[in-house]
Amino acid sequence: MKPPPFEYHAPRDLGEALRILAGVRGKVLAGGQSLIPLLNMRLMAPEHLIDINRIESLATIETTPRGVTVGALARHSEVEHSGAHPLLGQALRLVAHPVIRNRGTVVGSLVHADPAAELPAVLAVLNGSVRLARDGAAAGDAPLVRDVGAAEFFTGPLESAVRPDELAVSAFFPALPARTGTAFREVARRHGDYALAGVCAVVTLDDDLRVGSARVACVGVGPVPITVDVTSECDGRPAATVDWAAVTRAVREATEPEGDIHATAAYRLRLVGVLAGQALSEAAREAAAD
Amino acid sequence: MEHEITLVVNGDARRVRVPGRRLLSDCLRHDLGLTGTHVGCEHGVCGCCTVLLDGLPVRSCLTFAVTVDGHEITTVEGLAGPDGLSPVQRAFAECHGLQCGFCTPGFLCTVTALLRDNPAPTDDEVREGISGNLCRCTGYQNITKAVHRAAELLAEET
Amino acid sequence: MTTRLFGEPVQRREDPRLLTGQGRYLDDLGADALAVAFVRSPHAHARVRDIDVTAALDVEGLIAVYTWEDLPERVGRPLPLLIPHPALTHGRTAYPLAREIVRHVGEPVVMVVATDRYLAEDACALIEVDYEPLKPVVGLEEAAHGAQLVHEDVPGNVGAHLVQEVTSAAGLGAAEAVEAAPHRLSFRLDIERSASMPLEGRGVLARWDGSDLRVYSSTQTSTSVRMAIAAALGLPLPHVEVIAPDVGGGFGVKIVHPWPEEILVPWAAMLLGREVKWTEDRREHFVSSAHERGQVQHVTVGFDDEGRVLGLDVSILHDHGAYTPYGIIVPIITSTQLLGPYRIGAYRVEFSAIYTNTVQVTPYRGAGRPQGVFCMERTMDKIARYLGRDRTEVRAVNFIGPDEFPYDQKMTFQDGRPLIYDSGDYPEMLRMLKELIGWDDFRRAPGRGIGIGCYVEGTGVGPYEGGHVQVTSDGRVHVSTGLTSQGQGHETVFAQIAATELGVPIERVSVVTGDTRRFGYAVGTFASRAAVMSGNAIALACRKVRAKALRIAADALEADPADLEIADGLVRVLGAPSASIPLSTVAVLANPLRYAFDDEAARATQFAGAASPDRPPVAEGDEPGLEGRDYYSPIRSTFASGMHAAIVETDPDTAEIRVVRYAVVHDCGRLINPMIVEGQIHGGVAQGIGGALYERMVYDGHGQLLNASFMDFLMPYATEVPHVETAHLETPSPLNPLGIKGAGEAGVIPVSAVIASAIEDAEGIEIDRMPISPSELFELRH
Repeated sequence: MKPPPFEYHAPRDLGEALRILAGVRGKVLAGGQSLIPLLNMRLMAPEHLIDINRIESLATIETTPRGVTVGALARHSEVEHSGAHPLLGQALRLVAHPVIRNRGTVVGSLVHADPAAELPAVLAVLNGSVRLARDGAAAGDAPLVRDVGAAEFFTGPLESAVRPDELAVSAFFPALPARTGTAFREVARRHGDYALAGVCAVVTLDDDLRVGSARVACVGVGPVPITVDVTSECDGRPAATVDWAAVTRAVREATEPEGDIHATAAYRLRLVGVLAGQALSEAAREAAAD
Repeated sequence: MEHEITLVVNGDARRVRVPGRRLLSDCLRHDLGLTGTHVGCEHGVCGCCTVLLDGLPVRSCLTFAVTVDGHEITTVEGLAGPDGLSPVQRAFAECHGLQCGFCTPGFLCTVTALLRDNPAPTDDEVREGISGNLCRCTGYQNITKAVHRAAELLAEET
Repeated sequence: MTTRLFGEPVQRREDPRLLTGQGRYLDDLGADALAVAFVRSPHAHARVRDIDVTAALDVEGLIAVYTWEDLPERVGRPLPLLIPHPALTHGRTAYPLAREIVRHVGEPVVMVVATDRYLAEDACALIEVDYEPLKPVVGLEEAAHGAQLVHEDVPGNVGAHLVQEVTSAAGLGAAEAVEAAPHRLSFRLDIERSASMPLEGRGVLARWDGSDLRVYSSTQTSTSVRMAIAAALGLPLPHVEVIAPDVGGGFGVKIVHPWPEEILVPWAAMLLGREVKWTEDRREHFVSSAHERGQVQHVTVGFDDEGRVLGLDVSILHDHGAYTPYGIIVPIITSTQLLGPYRIGAYRVEFSAIYTNTVQVTPYRGAGRPQGVFCMERTMDKIARYLGRDRTEVRAVNFIGPDEFPYDQKMTFQDGRPLIYDSGDYPEMLRMLKELIGWDDFRRAPGRGIGIGCYVEGTGVGPYEGGHVQVTSDGRVHVSTGLTSQGQGHETVFAQIAATELGVPIERVSVVTGDTRRFGYAVGTFASRAAVMSGNAIALACRKVRAKALRIAADALEADPADLEIADGLVRVLGAPSASIPLSTVAVLANPLRYAFDDEAARATQFAGAASPDRPPVAEGDEPGLEGRDYYSPIRSTFASGMHAAIVETDPDTAEIRVVRYAVVHDCGRLINPMIVEGQIHGGVAQGIGGALYERMVYDGHGQLLNASFMDFLMPYATEVPHVETAHLETPSPLNPLGIKGAGEAGVIPVSAVIASAIEDAEGIEIDRMPISPSELFELRH
């Protein structure tokens, strides 16, 4: 299991990276924790590999009142320990194992777009976005940049909106409003495995502690993270009196899990409801304490 | 095409020419002759190949050598001090935390970093901390015991 | 200071090396060797029409490409059928490289040699093999229907069919006994495939110097690999040496030999005149090394009001994969060890070993016992459930009594010898287990259950092992034995035995295993046999050395040998400790010399006056040197036993299964090193938990293995394995000098049965199929 040959590029700055991407077809290497296994198994054989690990300007975590911007080289563990965003922290603790998180990157996980992965669901439930840049030589010097919202970013299993000449330079996770709680619940076969199903929830209470908004994003139960707004099912009630069974029914109805060697579709459907109930009520509790 | 890189391995700067696709695990083992780092799956799950990269445990089979040009790497060969085995290594021997020894270098690197960051971990923290390393021999019970014992030995040293 | 080390938790002598990266595993050797990679079949069943290597020839660093056509006649023969059996009427083995037909995904088709593994894989990717796909035979029962054949000349895909039957005391056959019994139950059980899955795969390194071949292999038997290589390559045995270096786990898969690579790599090394190495990668291991466990069992049992089994009739379909190189050892063990600690009225068991287009099946730790124990223990639980009795009571009424040993089960065991249990105390063991887990105080609740499983394990099978012990003139003791080590701590336990027998500090003892340069006669490490076989052989060899040492020392000290003891490396006169002679000096005196290479040696030279001029320097029948060699060859196996219990909790919503407590009572006779025995049990239980809750080999209808990676073949991490509580019972074996029984496989054997028992108790749903996942438990509930 050795990777196939490729031409290796090690740009020193973003401009150089984008120029390379404009000229060749290849794969971008950041943490490599998903890409290198695929290369080692020769399930992928890119002609060019563009290693962005030397572009220090991408190794950033910026927090503003609006939210957190995570650069393409920020490792899972750095973001996890930065405390930059509560839901990101909750999700990152479920991503693989600590050693993998030392190397893997948040943006890399988003671009990899595994429907069973946690971080795409976080971006989706928060309505976050990914910033994509491409070489701007044709139109002047500055890179051309576009922000793609989560709803458009994940286009299918292992497929994202990143075009071949684009580099995902950062991801933006909006900050949570006041009286908001979050939770991430999942069931995996082994600790650290991709979830059989998982749900992350964001619940915001109004001043009377009634549910003002409630959203979930589900992993492992569709081709992309499935977001469901269950605010109306919560019926503006105080969290304690919400009919969670009705809410989880709505979540179940929105998902289309498939069976695989680890779990049947029926089991995943059951799980996603159970986990949605758990995640939503936990998020609501946290919101009340906020 | 080959790349000339310098890795600071166990404190020594080592220059080596590698193709871009050379995995760090292979570079350490076959180019630098440090065969203590083992390769058990080459897809990042077993943890046998774990080394410390700038002090942090990482999978050397999921890292290209050329990517870490100029960085510091500690392998199992570099864990022992001038006075002999490190407290983590001693604890593994004392608690019978290894059998065939193939996964052991990965565990030792992982645990060395774990105890540096968390000198007195709870049982759950230990299990979480070593949860990315597979062992097929020990059932982990004596490894867990060894991590606690190593924490004691480290505390005694300081 | 005492030199009595037998029974002590001595720290391992292997560890300093393994903890510092100084271990030497197969791929750590041969830094300059050429690298081998294989083109392996992507089809489960196909005819190889054509192989086009043209595109690969341009790969830089390519040295050679070989197909079956390139192999000389002797090398190209089918691999040996290692353990023939009269019932194995249609034994089949693979060719080293596929000849015409491939029968499982992963079968080697083309061998590529290049300057490094990356380039060898590049070349493999460019070789085009034209396959004509044939209909694959997948699924045990489908295969047993025989509509499609794995081997054209094996009707019904049945490689072997074997029936064993023991009639009741009243002379009834099993069917009659069941018929006559007050109560009857019939059911079906399923066990899926798993695999040994050591963290180090297999590997072979060969070096040819023009007349001698040295081969390193990550094997559980170096002596037999040596003989297989010598035979296949037509080399005189003394010109072939095989060494098992440090081996990163075996668990059964590395006892099979010769693997194709163990023939092909040495052959290529001879042909090319270069060192050649193949290191198996994980993906290869999944599809080209062996699997085990898959069986379907149909059981009919008749019993009385107390739950006493009066008749048991078991029919087993055993999935053998594509080939049977290791014979039918696994289903034979299932059939015989199924009986466990019980006295069964009448027993009939039959099995059919069925070919499928999947990876071959050979022993994995436990070797058929987990399936047999699953069958018997499920039977016991079903009887208890039917009668409304406590599950331990039903077991107890069926136990063989402690005064009934030796107990003859009247079957033929895997060594071709009678299945006679040598010793044990099952009622006491059950009492200890119930106390350890708190069986009688357990509070059952929905989603919380307790389970139990009992087993007897035949260990230490023959034919023999040997030991060689040499005391050199520096007082060091060099022990060697032919069988191999894969982490069991042999360097430590054999040193404990030698140190105890010879009365020397353990620091002075060194042990070498698995190196045919040091010891050429051996069988191998499998079937929990190393401590029993080599341990006793080494003890016997030590006793020879000790007797000789006492004789020589008696001469020197002018004492009677009967008045001497050895302690701390000194031969002393009992009661007169000042009269002593170091063992090192005895070693000098044991070897009459002409030449003094050092001061110590001078004492043994011809003018030193140590020898009487009236006798030849080496007496008739004697040999120079203080060394001894002996063998241990048992009349039959010795039977270890154990009982496990577990408490599990199942989640009402997610059906997740958590093992809350796990308790083991274990009897392997006298313990040599309790620390190591416990380590073996922990590791075995962890593999058992894997087999019960996580691991399976999932083949689709095309014969593709769907989970050939550690991402999808779910070996448990630390977070999945429960803490194991242990207690030991010691009923020494009367069959061997040290009174020991094997311990290596013990932990794994009853785990699936125990977990099934506990889940059944928690859920009230019968669990007849293992492993079980949360998804499957969910499906059972609905």
